[in-house]
Amino acid sequence: MLNNPVVINIARFVLLVLAQVLIFNHLNFFGYINPLVYVLFFYWYPIRENRAIFIIVSFTLGLTIDIFSDTLALHALVSATLAYIRPILMRFCFGANFDFQGFTFKNSTRLQRITFLFLLIFIQHLIFFSLETLSFSHILLILQKILFTSLATFILCVLLSSLFAIENV
Amino acid sequence: MQRIINFILNYRNAFLYVFLLLISLVLTVRSHSFHQSKFFNSSKWLTGSLYQTSSNITSYFDLREENDRLAKENERLRFQLLNADANLNSSDTLNVNFEVVNARITKNSYASPRNYLTIDKGEKAGIKQDMGVITTKGILGIVENTSTNFATVQSILNMKSNINAKIKNTNYFGSLIWDAKKYDIVQLTDIPRLVPVTVGDTIVTGAMSSIFPENIPIGVIKNFSLNEAQSFYNIDINLFNDMANIKNIYIIKNKNREEIINLEERILNAQ
Repeated sequence: MLNNPVVINIARFVLLVLAQVLIFNHLNFFGYINPLVYVLFFYWYPIRENRAIFIIVSFTLGLTIDIFSDTLALHALVSATLAYIRPILMRFCFGANFDFQGFTFKNSTRLQRITFLFLLIFIQHLIFFSLETLSFSHILLILQKILFTSLATFILCVLLSSLFAIENV
Repeated sequence: MQRIINFILNYRNAFLYVFLLLISLVLTVRSHSFHQSKFFNSSKWLTGSLYQTSSNITSYFDLREENDRLAKENERLRFQLLNADANLNSSDTLNVNFEVVNARITKNSYASPRNYLTIDKGEKAGIKQDMGVITTKGILGIVENTSTNFATVQSILNMKSNINAKIKNTNYFGSLIWDAKKYDIVQLTDIPRLVPVTVGDTIVTGAMSSIFPENIPIGVIKNFSLNEAQSFYNIDINLFNDMANIKNIYIIKNKNREEIINLEERILNAQ
């Protein structure tokens, strides 16, 4: 049961949504830093996925978080985009190895995984905060939020991903 | 035809992505206009109950502070009760203009550019759209959506918010807006240049709105400057409310609101 990838991914989905809406959306560190930790879903999702299902599941994940945080369809948009561009990012980070059938996270270096996580987080925050404010006159505020929130998310995600190690999945 | 179908099948993921992207863009744009975000929000049953459970647990942690504040509130109300005879001749509740319902916040937010709060009273308690929401210290927002047991409030910390406000003891009024930068500072615009403005002046709600009663406190002037055209002031206001720390709120029902709106519509129709 615990080795079934479907069960594991459903559990991850629910736990990440709960963690995001009950804890991290109310963190307000330094007044405005609310890390978007649900990005770990995209980091942990199996590599050989059915892309269409992955995009739909990600969209649902984003939409669920949106309904809880009254930011209708912003997280959904970000999640669908992340799901769509994930293979491109993986090919960029893991190089030619990624195209072999037997490729897993185990035969990638730590640096490669960190780069992959960092790119996911950066793109997520870039899209989210630009669309959240949707105003060019607030460009400095947006850049400030992107910089500090993605830094906080990055640190949290590195900690969480080493707590719940990916090797045994 | 065969080639078109093959083309679509080859790029089915891209099509799926673009389709979902369009859905979310439409929803985002729709939720940017006032009163449009009504289908999914945190006042609905499932999300509302989850926040209720979570706030039931966390509300234990700040009980002492909250009790102090309630004690102060009661003190003030008793004072008013003792002085009530001077102002109100009859205790006839049919003649009052405003009714007050108290409620608690189940979800607070103040870090995003468009902040919404969820409260634990809804249509069952007579809450309707466009009622004013205040705390013991000052103004908080306007009810935007209701369900049976919950309601969402558009906070004054929302770029869509636009509330009539004036300088206390004068009749110069302007609009209260928020530039999304700091959660304890809002802006008052459209105050003409000839008005004498001083740092430290109190800002209260104006009489032009059918949502809030006149003279509900908002904050004090922090600093001010003239706008680009040199004709109006841009004023920064320090809020009385600590928007990060609120629990008990009061919803104000204006019993004359329908009458006022009907009258205004009659004038518009007559023109």
